[in-house]
Amino acid sequence: MDILITGVLLGATYSLIAMGLTLQYGVARIMNLANGEMLVAGAFGAFWVFTTQKLSPFTSVAFVAPGAFVLNWLIYRFLLRPLVRRAKNRGMLEVDSILATFGMAFAFVGIMLLVFGGEYFTYSYLDEPVAIFGSPFGLNRVVACLVSVALCGLLYLGLNATRTGMALRAVAVDPAAAGLVAIDVPRMSTFAFALGGAVTAVGGIVLSTFLTMDASIGIVFTMKALIIVIMGGVGDVRGAIIASLILGLAETAVASLIDPGLTLAAAYLLFLLVLLFRPEGLFGRRQS
Amino acid sequence: MNRRTALKAVIAAVFAGSLASLAIGAAHAADPIRIGAVAPKTGPLAAGAAVTHWPNIQLWAHQVNEQGGLKMKDGTRRKVEIIEYDDRTNPGETIKAVQRLATQDKVDFILAPYGTGLNLAAAPIFAKYGYPQITSTSITDKTAELTKRYPSIFFTLGTTTALANSVAGILVKLHNEGKIGNKVAMVNVADAFGIELAESARPIFKDAGLEIVFDKSYPLGTQDLSPIVKGAKAANPDAFVAWSYPPDTFGLTAQAKIEGLDTKAFYTAVATAFPVYLAKFGKSVNGVLGAGGVNPDTPAMKAYYAAHKKVTGKDADYWASPVMYATLQVLGQAIEAVGTDRKAVTDYIKNATFKTVMGPWKFTNQSIHDFWTVGQWQNGTFYGVASTGLSGAKPVITKTGW
Repeated sequence: MDILITGVLLGATYSLIAMGLTLQYGVARIMNLANGEMLVAGAFGAFWVFTTQKLSPFTSVAFVAPGAFVLNWLIYRFLLRPLVRRAKNRGMLEVDSILATFGMAFAFVGIMLLVFGGEYFTYSYLDEPVAIFGSPFGLNRVVACLVSVALCGLLYLGLNATRTGMALRAVAVDPAAAGLVAIDVPRMSTFAFALGGAVTAVGGIVLSTFLTMDASIGIVFTMKALIIVIMGGVGDVRGAIIASLILGLAETAVASLIDPGLTLAAAYLLFLLVLLFRPEGLFGRRQS
Repeated sequence: MNRRTALKAVIAAVFAGSLASLAIGAAHAADPIRIGAVAPKTGPLAAGAAVTHWPNIQLWAHQVNEQGGLKMKDGTRRKVEIIEYDDRTNPGETIKAVQRLATQDKVDFILAPYGTGLNLAAAPIFAKYGYPQITSTSITDKTAELTKRYPSIFFTLGTTTALANSVAGILVKLHNEGKIGNKVAMVNVADAFGIELAESARPIFKDAGLEIVFDKSYPLGTQDLSPIVKGAKAANPDAFVAWSYPPDTFGLTAQAKIEGLDTKAFYTAVATAFPVYLAKFGKSVNGVLGAGGVNPDTPAMKAYYAAHKKVTGKDADYWASPVMYATLQVLGQAIEAVGTDRKAVTDYIKNATFKTVMGPWKFTNQSIHDFWTVGQWQNGTFYGVASTGLSGAKPVITKTGW
């Protein structure tokens, strides 16, 4: 039972890390390697609000989410749109966007270093035990799990029950065909990229309540998000959620039952298995 | 003005500006002593370097230049000019940057890099170009071999065996006094530092009569440490020892609080001595043991902490910060005594006695053998409670819950 709950909590953490990238990669087809930096920027926002304004870190959502949305909108509009126009096919766009965002990641790290400094950013918020079935768990992790569930639920509803959501899904399935049925594909892609950035930054706020951050730690989150997105299948929010949960549960089970030293090995073994037997991801569509 | 003429104007302005600064440079009586600094500003070790490494360089350069520069033998004063490179926590980059400083920037001296791994990686290139390498953030048991191989490397922070020995010593002492039992839960980060310490601790703990009831490692960057703390708690230990790195030091402490792992002796290694540790956990850290420690009550140390805060705006840590500063003092005093000849400076460091913030320093076999090994948070200060021959250690207290 302990393993189950701890695993679900960790899985929820992972889904916060990966949800934004799912949108960006799934719809806008940008494999955004600067994703982790956006998460760290969100975490800095929370840290700043908590330490200087003495407010709950969650209040930083008010400016972090819109800020990240606008920033990512601009990034896509001015830095990535030229790549999209130039790309002859999807493969080429992926390669170009990986290179471009990899470079951006370095730039972001540099900017954050200038603005926030290089030290560790860590604080205690809701750092108290809460008993679930008699075992203590960190309240901040439980809250993170709830936020994650709410966020995933909202995204899922938004994608499946609204017109915009349908358009987004159409672009994810086939940008060319979506354009033929009067969907403004560039606009939808920009929107998805910006939304993904905002979701990632909000994830960063939540994670900062229990993880220690610094300006150059973004790459760690990017790697995790990449694994989850690829495991889950391109452009499917459900896939990313399921993959996060599987990873969380597997890592916790291995750490508790076998050895904590093998958690990374377990994660990569799962990743390998998925790549070997379902290269399109758990929920991905086979490409014809 | 079209774009091209605008560009020309800008280039001309920049050129004129640099000429002007050159002219000003030449007007100075004595050229500054140029000192290179290579350490992480980005990458996994950047945050640690931002606490321990860079602020001390800033502080020292500021203090030296404020009093007009280093006082040379011939009576002139020479300021110092620091040239900084970011090695991105990548040993290859460290080596390249040292080479660049030596061959292209042609600096007079190069400060030792940050951390054990980067210092060891850079040791051959320092030796090749004959630059003294006074390390302050390296802990290794290989000092004897390394100092034999590289005649200009110096060690000041201690050895892994001494660190493990002191932790065992404290646990045994508390056990003999009847304050704790002899069951130890030990975890380590699966990285060079953690593995080396865990390996040297195992036989030392056993020989000291301690029973290791839980012994696990976890990968660097583990995001959820609760399975480890749960496992340690299930083993019902009397003491908890973690050979940990900064992010997991914070993570393990937070998790121990949540799980109610309240052993009477609780030890986490690197970053326990960081001011941010106290800032994060507040009063509950009272009694937590960690790597390092200082004697903050000496006048020199008090002045150092005050100056550090004033000049850099940040608090120094309670372990390697003053040691790092002391290595800069050593370099400064050696330059004042014998000038900028690197061979002479190296020889001088080997033989002279230095007046540092850590007290008098005299290198034997290119190493300082008296250093702090274990510290403890007591009423908001991280006091040294064990060392290899330093005075001023506080008595150890037992931890009473979180």
